[in-house]
Amino acid sequence: MKLESNIPSGPIAQKWEKRRFDLKLVNPANKRKFKVLVVGSGLAGSAAAASLAELGYQVECFCYQDSPRRAHSSAAQGGINAAKNYRNDGDSVYRLFYDTVKGGDFRAREANVYRLAELSVNIIDQCVAQGVPFAREYGGYLDNRSFGGAQVSRTFYARGQTGQQLLLGAYSALSRQIGAGTVKMFPRTEMLDVVLVNGHAKGIVVRDMTTGEIRSHAGDCVVLCTGGYGNVFYLSTNAKGCNVTATWRAHKRGAGFANPCFTQIHPTCIPVSGDHQSKLTLMSESLRNDGRIWVPKQVGDKRAPHEIPDSERDYYLERRYPSFGNLAPRDIASRAAKVVCDEGRGVGPMGLGVYLDFRDSIQRLGKDAIAARYGNLFHMYAKITAEDPYSQPMRIFPAVHYTMGGLWVDYNLQSTIPGLFVAGEANFSDHGANRLGASALMQGLADGYFVVPYTVGGYLAGEKPNGGKADGAEHRAAVAEVQALTKRMLETNGNRTVDSFHRELGKIMWQYCGMARSEKGLTEAIQRIGALRASFWKDVKVTGSGENVNQSLEKAGRVADFLEFGELMCRDALERTESCGGHFREEYQTEDGEAKRNDEAFCHAAVWEWKGKDQKPVRHTEALEFENVHLAVRSYK
Amino acid sequence: MKLKLHIWRQSKPSTKDNPHGDGRMVAYDLDGVSPDMSFLEMLDVLNEQLTLKGEEPVAFDHDCREGICGSCGMAINGLPHGPERGTTTCQLHMRSFKDGQEIYIEPWRAKAFPVVKDLMVNRSAFDRVVQAGAYVSVNTGSAPDAHSIPVNKDDADKAFDAATCIGCGACVAACKNASAMLFVGAKVSHFVHLPQGRVERERRARNLVAAMDKEGFGNCTNQYECEAACPKEIPVRVIAEMNREYLRAKVVEEPPSGKLISGPG
Repeated sequence: MKLESNIPSGPIAQKWEKRRFDLKLVNPANKRKFKVLVVGSGLAGSAAAASLAELGYQVECFCYQDSPRRAHSSAAQGGINAAKNYRNDGDSVYRLFYDTVKGGDFRAREANVYRLAELSVNIIDQCVAQGVPFAREYGGYLDNRSFGGAQVSRTFYARGQTGQQLLLGAYSALSRQIGAGTVKMFPRTEMLDVVLVNGHAKGIVVRDMTTGEIRSHAGDCVVLCTGGYGNVFYLSTNAKGCNVTATWRAHKRGAGFANPCFTQIHPTCIPVSGDHQSKLTLMSESLRNDGRIWVPKQVGDKRAPHEIPDSERDYYLERRYPSFGNLAPRDIASRAAKVVCDEGRGVGPMGLGVYLDFRDSIQRLGKDAIAARYGNLFHMYAKITAEDPYSQPMRIFPAVHYTMGGLWVDYNLQSTIPGLFVAGEANFSDHGANRLGASALMQGLADGYFVVPYTVGGYLAGEKPNGGKADGAEHRAAVAEVQALTKRMLETNGNRTVDSFHRELGKIMWQYCGMARSEKGLTEAIQRIGALRASFWKDVKVTGSGENVNQSLEKAGRVADFLEFGELMCRDALERTESCGGHFREEYQTEDGEAKRNDEAFCHAAVWEWKGKDQKPVRHTEALEFENVHLAVRSYK
Repeated sequence: MKLKLHIWRQSKPSTKDNPHGDGRMVAYDLDGVSPDMSFLEMLDVLNEQLTLKGEEPVAFDHDCREGICGSCGMAINGLPHGPERGTTTCQLHMRSFKDGQEIYIEPWRAKAFPVVKDLMVNRSAFDRVVQAGAYVSVNTGSAPDAHSIPVNKDDADKAFDAATCIGCGACVAACKNASAMLFVGAKVSHFVHLPQGRVERERRARNLVAAMDKEGFGNCTNQYECEAACPKEIPVRVIAEMNREYLRAKVVEEPPSGKLISGPG
């Protein structure tokens, strides 16, 4: 596997400009002869599909939901970063770049991160022009708030529904193109394989989730915008349908998978309430602007929160990280919560929770001001827990939220398969070992609006249009493989439901590959996942047929992939014998419990190559060079 | 908790000639429901049991399970999204029901939303309405600096109140005429309060109303059931705003073809 990062030469601030000039162009009259297949319709997918169609390409866009507007980008709450420096507080493209590289614990590619910071300002302009109703001040200008890991206010927001509003903006741009006939939209259609012709991605196999038809679509290139794999843990803040299938099946066709063990555990989610739980709900990081996190100082203190005086409370983030306080980055805040709960100072019925308390800010600013900032989040919290966060502190606990790992891509966002581009959370490139808050929306839109439309053109300029015919031998073979897999799942007729396997896998992953990992645990997990996978193909029960809507069948395909992918995650975590960002190996920590990196041995992206079923995958590396932000111990103290 | 559920089961999509297909209400007894479960988690429990019995689970749309994607939606005892105000089905918890209660669960009922299977309906009519003009015609890369377009805070807030629509379709399901005017009104209202896209104002109003009529949604008869059912509590003022915009568009400029387009009642 060749890993050519393809980073342009020259100073970092001029790399993207240079690349845009160097990329070959497709003549406007020829663009309409090329067809681009965009899989996924979240921020990256909708933005890419709309922008490519505006340029004149034929676009087909696919999503598993019943409408492109439902993609899980819509659940992002807090905001989107941009280096506008509208606050005059010292922000700049360089500072956003610096914060993101440092926030990622020096495991991201500098050139990509710089481009992301550079494009952040264009995103805000684009979204405002589309009519995204960002929060405004009385003077009519845009408001900002602070987010973790930064000491400037650069986060733009639309109440607690920023993701929804940005997605509706991208969806409106996409809808405009669908209406104009330049994008053909395929909702309720799930991608199940990539079709390679002469080693290039030239099509995809999909299942029509309404009729059950399995067919292939031909195109001149494929853009995967299929999100992250957090649902490998079963319980996460991801939507129920989020899955690894598209990227995993591309991986099995030859796309390298980078840093799968880099997962983000978000510190502020509503704690698990019982075994019936089907998903976890995030409480936006923005709440940490005004909420203070604490637990009782005394182990086993069961008093109600208002009965515990200030002197007996441990505001542990403010104590341990005085300069960032409650706005410490996510990986650090999550681990700190785990530490206090492990000490027996956790709150709530299961002792797995910490308080997020708004008492002081309500006293300072008034209830109305807090309601204006976070009303919908408080409402959501009250709905789920039947507790009133205005009068008693929220109980929160870390939960799986985002995955920094993903398909390996070069600077042009092209995977190791020529013609297969990967954008948004599905790729690995920008967040290193930990993503800062309000940076996922930024990356999805930067990739979709401003990177892919250029780099796809650069690839297509060297290709001949294939006319969109999906009847070649490669297409037929890929369709037949998917059909056989589908048939096997329907015919196994065992005695366990798909969900029961998924829950069991999730428990293994959370226990051994969650907030703390160790050699012993990961080795155990790999063995148990293998056994669970074998049991799946013997004991799974999928009722109904493949000829119409069959949600068990859809889930079965996704869980089958998670059962393979989970093992790779554990292998990646096992091989990376250092701690960095969200990857915390118990064996590698400083005396005060912080992550201890090993830059000599691990200043690289680990890229895995699939070697076939039951074969050990091969680990390759792409060395990361830090020429601008110098490697340093990451400190928020 | 112990419940008696009556659920609409329909194996094949509805057609024009056969709007209810083979659909019928089927009764299920369900035990061991926790009041902390969400309504969809309660259905998950039922589906696990059905699967182990070799039966097909109940199909229903759902995804984010935090009230924002707009996928879920079912009529619960006749009320879209159930008895709680301002709440999607996925955010409804079983503590809103009594032990031993009978619960009737049906899909959205509307001509423009044909049933796909069980509780799942086809809401692509909403997408087609949006495609007809609920956007600002701005290409990627052509935007001016964000601060060159100041927006009065009250206007921005009003636009947001409309833009918060999740497109679930409860408004249509709640209306005896299966009218989509709260949904379409929300789209019109979102843009009418903003300076962006002002130049397309008349065309937008005309095209959205025409697309809505074409999909077979009914007319508004001012009973406000839509507002009561809306999980995002979108106010009916958006319907008044749509009517005003439509009327204004008719006065300002006739469509180029000169053809009359039927109005929103």
